[in-house]
Amino acid sequence: MTLIARLAALAALLAPPAALAEPDPADWDAVLAEARGQTVYWNAWGGATATNAFIRWAGDTVEARFGVTVEHVKLSDTGDAVSRVLAEKTAGKDTGGAIDLIWINGANFAAMKEAGLLFGPWAEELPNWRYVDVAGKPAVTSDFTVPTEGLEAPWAMAQVVFYHDTARLPDPPRTMAALLDWARAHPGRFTFPQPPDFLGSTFLKQALYGVVDDPDLLQQPVEMADYAAVTAPLWVFLDELTPQLWRSGRAYPQTGPRQIQLMADGEIDLAISFSPGEASTAIANGQLPDTVRTYVLEGGTIGNASFVAIPYNATAKAGAMVLADFLLSPEAQARAQDPDVLGYGTVLAMDKLSEADRARFAALDLGIATLSPEDLGPALPEPHPSWMTRLQDDWIARYGVAD
Amino acid sequence: MRPLRAAPALTLILMLGPVAAGLLGTLAPALGVLPALGGVRPGLTPFDTLLHWPGLPRAVGLSLGTGLAATAISLAVVVLFVAGWQGGRAMRGLERLLAPLLSVPHAAAAFGIAFLIAPSGWVARALSPWATGWDRPPDLLIVQDPWGVAMVAGLVAKEVPFLLLMTLAALPQARPVQRMGVARALGYGPVTGWLKAVFPAVYAQIRLPVYAVLAYSMSVVDVAIILGPNTPPPLAVQVVRWMADPDLSMRFTASAGAVLQLVLVVGALALWHLGERLAGATGRRWATGGARRHGDGALRALGLGAVTLAGLAVVAGLAGLAVWSVAGFWAFPDALPGGLSLRHWGAQAPALADTAGRTVWIAGAATALAMALVLACLEAEHRFGLTPGARSLWLLYAPLLVPQVAFLPGVQTLALMGGVNVGMGAVILGHLVFVLPYVFLSLAAPWRAWDRRYATVAAALGAGPGRIFWTVRLPMLAAPVLTAAAVGFAVSVGQYLPTLLIGGGRVQTLTTEAVALASGGDRRVIGVTALMQTGVVVLGFALALALPRVIARNRRGLRPE
Amino acid sequence: MSAQLHLDNLQITCNGAPLVALDATVHAGEVLSVMGPSGIGKSTLLAAVMGTLPPGFAMTGRIRLNGQDITHLPPEKRRVGILYQEELLFPHLSVAGNLAFALPRHLRGRNKRRAHVDAALEQIGLAGFGPRDPATLSGGQKARVALMRMLLAEPRALLLDEPFSRLDAALRGQIRQLVFDRARAQGLPVLLVTHDAADAQAAGGPVVELG
Repeated sequence: MTLIARLAALAALLAPPAALAEPDPADWDAVLAEARGQTVYWNAWGGATATNAFIRWAGDTVEARFGVTVEHVKLSDTGDAVSRVLAEKTAGKDTGGAIDLIWINGANFAAMKEAGLLFGPWAEELPNWRYVDVAGKPAVTSDFTVPTEGLEAPWAMAQVVFYHDTARLPDPPRTMAALLDWARAHPGRFTFPQPPDFLGSTFLKQALYGVVDDPDLLQQPVEMADYAAVTAPLWVFLDELTPQLWRSGRAYPQTGPRQIQLMADGEIDLAISFSPGEASTAIANGQLPDTVRTYVLEGGTIGNASFVAIPYNATAKAGAMVLADFLLSPEAQARAQDPDVLGYGTVLAMDKLSEADRARFAALDLGIATLSPEDLGPALPEPHPSWMTRLQDDWIARYGVAD
Repeated sequence: MRPLRAAPALTLILMLGPVAAGLLGTLAPALGVLPALGGVRPGLTPFDTLLHWPGLPRAVGLSLGTGLAATAISLAVVVLFVAGWQGGRAMRGLERLLAPLLSVPHAAAAFGIAFLIAPSGWVARALSPWATGWDRPPDLLIVQDPWGVAMVAGLVAKEVPFLLLMTLAALPQARPVQRMGVARALGYGPVTGWLKAVFPAVYAQIRLPVYAVLAYSMSVVDVAIILGPNTPPPLAVQVVRWMADPDLSMRFTASAGAVLQLVLVVGALALWHLGERLAGATGRRWATGGARRHGDGALRALGLGAVTLAGLAVVAGLAGLAVWSVAGFWAFPDALPGGLSLRHWGAQAPALADTAGRTVWIAGAATALAMALVLACLEAEHRFGLTPGARSLWLLYAPLLVPQVAFLPGVQTLALMGGVNVGMGAVILGHLVFVLPYVFLSLAAPWRAWDRRYATVAAALGAGPGRIFWTVRLPMLAAPVLTAAAVGFAVSVGQYLPTLLIGGGRVQTLTTEAVALASGGDRRVIGVTALMQTGVVVLGFALALALPRVIARNRRGLRPE
Repeated sequence: MSAQLHLDNLQITCNGAPLVALDATVHAGEVLSVMGPSGIGKSTLLAAVMGTLPPGFAMTGRIRLNGQDITHLPPEKRRVGILYQEELLFPHLSVAGNLAFALPRHLRGRNKRRAHVDAALEQIGLAGFGPRDPATLSGGQKARVALMRMLLAEPRALLLDEPFSRLDAALRGQIRQLVFDRARAQGLPVLLVTHDAADAQAAGGPVVELG
């Protein structure tokens, strides 16, 4: 080990000094020139067919237009990419890293930001940043309350929705209390992805919103609140709900999309999603029957944004920025919002767009199971990431390892 | 001459070097040393955190329980079957099925089985609603049950073919026909006689493969993700989760967990060894007790039934995946989908073609390297009269006995520190660690069994060692060489953790793709990927079986009896 | 110089324990028969002369062939031919391929080598058998191909390891005669190990009893 370390140090001494000039998005032409010919390894969760197809389309387009090749590294967990960057830092590999762009948000972003693993700021200098709805969608600059500070660029909006098969459940429960009553009457027909899956953890936060008195508390780090008192009603709620869950709460789907198969099989009647268009997309794909519809809870549901970030040691930073900028373009945003493609909400402000670009969005048929922005209602802000971590840990201790 | 002489040492370094180095790379963070995360002072804090994880007792229990159960059941099934059907027609039929069954990657088999036995699976669909009255899937905890029963079933279905192959390879040395002749003449039933007269000799030969099955079953990750419980998962899965935790300090806990996993495996091996001794002592008393039969007919039926069930589970599971890959909307309880469409193949296949190509490349290169090293070792053994002792067999099995989660993360860190550019090359070397032992184990016996007088005759005709190797021995042993290559190829294709960790995610194979897609649960896409994964491996075996037949179509002396 | 095989004070030990000792000279065209029950080390003696003693065996003394000390030569340089009980025809080669394998390098050119092989086949009454799979030949045919293959390599001495014991009685005499005639005709010293007295008798040379 010491020998290898010494050799590595020696090699570092002998190597020519690394190019100090990082690409600067303010000089966009220079970024475009540098990006041409680069290959961008985009690490993004690979569990959903629709997102994989969208990523392929985005890659093909930037290759044709800007000469940037995109390789989609399909992750089963975004944490894999975080670990990878960490491993590289451990080994002193501060340039030429394996990852150029990560689909990220929430706790993963907070961890990378805190550990100094991210490149930037760069996001707010992208040419297409001017279309972003910073005022109307605070989530685009505040990722789970953590300021993004230009270290990541938003590319999709998400908001918690529930979907149900109207053939079996015409009138779904619209509050957490109603959900519990319904589950008691229909045991085994509801579940949520197992925390620490982010969607499962989001269900916990959504349920907490339903029982907490002062939601503003959740915007502070968890240490600032009386955690036990604030969450006590949540555990009461879950203690009653869990035995009524699918498989009596002894097994859970491991990811959000797994629920689609469960609903198609008729195992569950109600599921949570973070993508208002997911059900419509699944219907279009033949994965769900066309009797499935989407709805939101009374009092609103949690909303957040999906981002892309560049690791500090990325190899193709310029290429990664070009790709991130393309994802922000009205063209890519409109395509992502098309339920036949992805059904993700746009991060752009309609009033900032040109007439022609506005028309792209207006022309979209959002699909039979997608709520209009008005029906979606206001998005509740994400609690501070420390809440999610604490809730996850406690949930795991109470229900995740119980039996 | 010199390079050949060094071949065994070089092979051991390439195979055991990464294991040893990786273990060190895991041990350091487990003791709190990982400078990049501020861990500089050694201490036991990671183990403290590990011990405070509330799921630990169950995770440890699961690892031990599922591992021991899967191994014991697999062994029992194989022994009962071979005892009851040695030399019979059922045995010969199964031998032919063995290669394809073995070649199905673990992940693909697990997907298939999951779909078969789930409450919404094929078995339930076939029986509903006419027999069960179900028009919706019952809320039964079958797959991912907290006791790991489904996981054990999945492991047994895949380990039975492996142990069967090992047993059949070891069988001739036990001279079963002669021994059974004597036992039957003394009035023993077929199963009882086999167990008393043949089994002890066979078990001595398959002990290491059994240990490998135990170590593998205890620390498997991909099968456990698909079929295993999650409240909590077995320890190995939890270790991989901790490694991927956004809270980077969990890496210390992960390393401590990996060390615990290693200790568990070593402990379980010791426990099994103790069991061997106890069984040996009891068995000797039983063997000399004089009892002639113990319901031999029923035991034979049980052995055949269990083996058939294991084989059928894999085959039917794959068939189910094949149907899903072309299914339109397919509601419960329909036994078949309402419509068929090639849409998913059309959408997935072009993207997967690249991945398939890369998978074949990596597997081909790792297998070629392994084959060159193994042939060099065997040839060195032959030329320099080296006699490999029992210890070298243990060394060969070391990569199969040390849990992957215990040393691969260390390998990753080390590869980066050494400045090795991650990518195909590193992944190929990583696969080599696991391909080498299998290639060696498949090839060594037929290679050593070759009649050396052919070499003497060729030498007498003026051929030097090199010419003998290339023009006599290698062509004569083409069939076993190709079979060993197909085994190595299959092992490489099936690798999940080494590809993921050493390739840094940049190097994707059909297996990493399949497991990543599995998290989405879309059975159609899983079907397409799992079938391609299986197809690549089956193609390798088909080539290995067909090539010698084509080459030797006019050479009766090369064909097996 | 006349062809002679000298075994000077040959002593073979197995892990230190003495196994076989022999001091003999075999003259050109003469057959020295070594007899003894199985397990006495007859085949080991031949392996020592071939230079293929397995690990664990050691040898003292010298082996000289036509005055040249071949004790430390590798097997392929000794030019000592051997025939075993089994014919050991290479199963992956045709009959012609087996014979061509033995042809010395100095015969160059495809046509020339082929002509040699054809001529050799004709000599043993197997003209036209070149393309055949050796596994399809009868026992007698195989034995003749094996003999011819050995002779084509231009050996300077011949070792026979019970080469006739697997043949049936009628064939045995015939093949035995063929081998001895050939050896005598080419003036080769022959070392025969056998446990069949009839073999030794037919050989007509000196007989050494081991054990």
